[in-house]
Amino acid sequence: MAVPGSGLAKGLAVTLRTMTRRSVTAHYPDVRPELPARSRGVIGLFEENCTVCMLCARECPDWCIYIDSHKETVPPAAPGGRERSRNVLDRFAIDFSLCMYCGICIEVCPFDALFWSPEFEYAETDIRDLVHERDRLREWMWTVPAPPPLDPAAEEPKEIAAARKAAEKQLAAGARSREAGQQEAGQQEAGRHGTGQHEAGQPGTPQRDGDA
Amino acid sequence: MDVLDVAWRLLAVLLAFLVLPLVVGQAEHKVMAHMQGRVGPMYAGGFHGWAQLVADGVKFAQKEDVVPADADRRVFQLAPAVALIPYLLVLIAIPVGPDGMVGQAIDAGIFFVLAVMGVGVLGSLMGGWASANKFSLLGGLRTAAQLMAYELPLLLAAASVAMAAGTLSLPGILEAFEWWWVPWQIIGALVFFTAGLAELQRPPFDAPIADSEIIFGAYTEYTGLRFALFLLAEYAGIVVLCALTTVLFLGGWHGPFAADLGWLWTLLKTSVLAFVVIWLRVSYPRLREDQLQRLAWTVLVPLALFQIALTGVVKVVIQ
Repeated sequence: MAVPGSGLAKGLAVTLRTMTRRSVTAHYPDVRPELPARSRGVIGLFEENCTVCMLCARECPDWCIYIDSHKETVPPAAPGGRERSRNVLDRFAIDFSLCMYCGICIEVCPFDALFWSPEFEYAETDIRDLVHERDRLREWMWTVPAPPPLDPAAEEPKEIAAARKAAEKQLAAGARSREAGQQEAGQQEAGRHGTGQHEAGQPGTPQRDGDA
Repeated sequence: MDVLDVAWRLLAVLLAFLVLPLVVGQAEHKVMAHMQGRVGPMYAGGFHGWAQLVADGVKFAQKEDVVPADADRRVFQLAPAVALIPYLLVLIAIPVGPDGMVGQAIDAGIFFVLAVMGVGVLGSLMGGWASANKFSLLGGLRTAAQLMAYELPLLLAAASVAMAAGTLSLPGILEAFEWWWVPWQIIGALVFFTAGLAELQRPPFDAPIADSEIIFGAYTEYTGLRFALFLLAEYAGIVVLCALTTVLFLGGWHGPFAADLGWLWTLLKTSVLAFVVIWLRVSYPRLREDQLQRLAWTVLVPLALFQIALTGVVKVVIQ
C-alpha cells in the first residue's frame, strides 16, 4: 500500500513540474504558426492551366465553385487544317463561406489548376466578401509551397516511375542495337539491373502493409 | 506617538492593503497559467500582462450596479464592505519588522486578529441571505457550516503558539521566537494554514462558492464593483492568512540580518506561503461538503488538540 498522502504529494509535483516547463501556448498573432505540410488554408487557382472542364464545380459537395466561360474559335494551326474551338474562362469564384475544405476539387482537377495554400488569414467582416474571384484566387497561387519531399520508404510517384521505365526501355534497346555481337550479355545486364531495383523497392512495400 | 506618526503607519498599511492583494492576484493568474501549461495574461500593460487586474478593475467599475428586486437592499449592499474591511483592520495589527514596525501593537493581538478575521466571513453570510436567491442561500449556509467547523482548529492552533510564547501579543510572540519553534509547532502550523484556507473558502475548500455547482454561492447576484470587492476580499484574505502564519509559526522577521532586513523576511515568507495557496488551488479538486466537515472534525481538531498537549508538555519540561 502506498504511503498515505503520497497522492497529494504527487499532485503537487505534477503542477510544479508543469510550471517549470515551457508553456504550450501558441502565440499566434505575434508568432506565425508552424503549419504542417499540405495544410489546407485556402485554395489557389492556377488559371493558365484551367480548361473549364467544370469537373471541380460538379464534384464540389456544397456547390461553392462558380464558373462562367465562353467558346472561342482559333484559326487552324497549319494551313488547310480545321478550326478549333477553345473554352475561355470568364469567371472562376470559390465561396469560402460555403467551402468545407474537403479538397475534392483539387483532387479531381485533371490539369493541375487548383492547389492548396497554407494561408488562412482571410476572415472578413462581411460574409459576402468570402467569395474569392479569379484574380484573388490567382494571387493565392504565389503562396502555394513546393510539395514536401517523399517519405524515405515511399512508393515512387507514378510519373517518375513511368518516365524511368521508358528511359530504361530506350537504354536497353540502344544497347541491344549497338552491341549486336554481345546481345545475350547485354540483355542479362539489363535484366540484373531490373531485379536489383525490384529488390530495393520491396522492403518498403511489406512494411507499409504492416502499418496499415 | 504623535498624529503624524499614526498617519504614516495607517497610510503604509493602506498601501500594503491595496497593493499586496493585487500582487497575489496577478501571481495567481501567472502561476496558475504556467502550472497548466499556459502563459496567462500577456497584453494588458505591455509587459506580460502586468496590468491585467487594473484592467479588470476598470471593467468592474464600468458595470451597472444591480440589486435584485427581492433582495434585502441595505444588507445586500453592505455585505462586500463587511467582507473586505476586517482584513484591512487585521493588517494593522500584523508586525512586519522588529522595533515597532507594526501598524498598531495590540496586547491581545491574537484575539483581535482572529476575532476580526471571523467577521469577514459574515460578509458572505449577509450576501447569501440578502440576495433572495437559492444558490446564494445554499452558498451562505455552506459558508456558515464551514465557519463553524474550521474556526475551532484555527483558534486551537493559534492558542498553541500563544502558550509557547506566553503572550497574546503578536510582536511579543516574535520576540520570544526561537528557530526550533518551527519543528515544534509544525503540526499547529499545518492545521492553522489549512483551516485558514477553508475560512477563506479557497480551493480545495471552496464548496461554498463552487462556481460549477452553485454559481459562486453567496456572490451569485453581485456584479460590478461590489463583486470586485468580494474578489479583493479573497485576495486580501490570502495576504492576511499568509502573513499571520508567517508571524505565528515561521518566525516572521527572524532570519539573517533581521535587524535591517526583517521586513523583507516577513514579506518573503508571506509570498512563499501565498504561492503555496495558489499551488494548492491548481493541484487539488474541490472537497465535497461532507468531506469538508469530516476533515475539520476528525482530522484538524484532534491534531490541533494534540499540538496543544505537545506544546504544554514541552513547555513544562523546558521550565
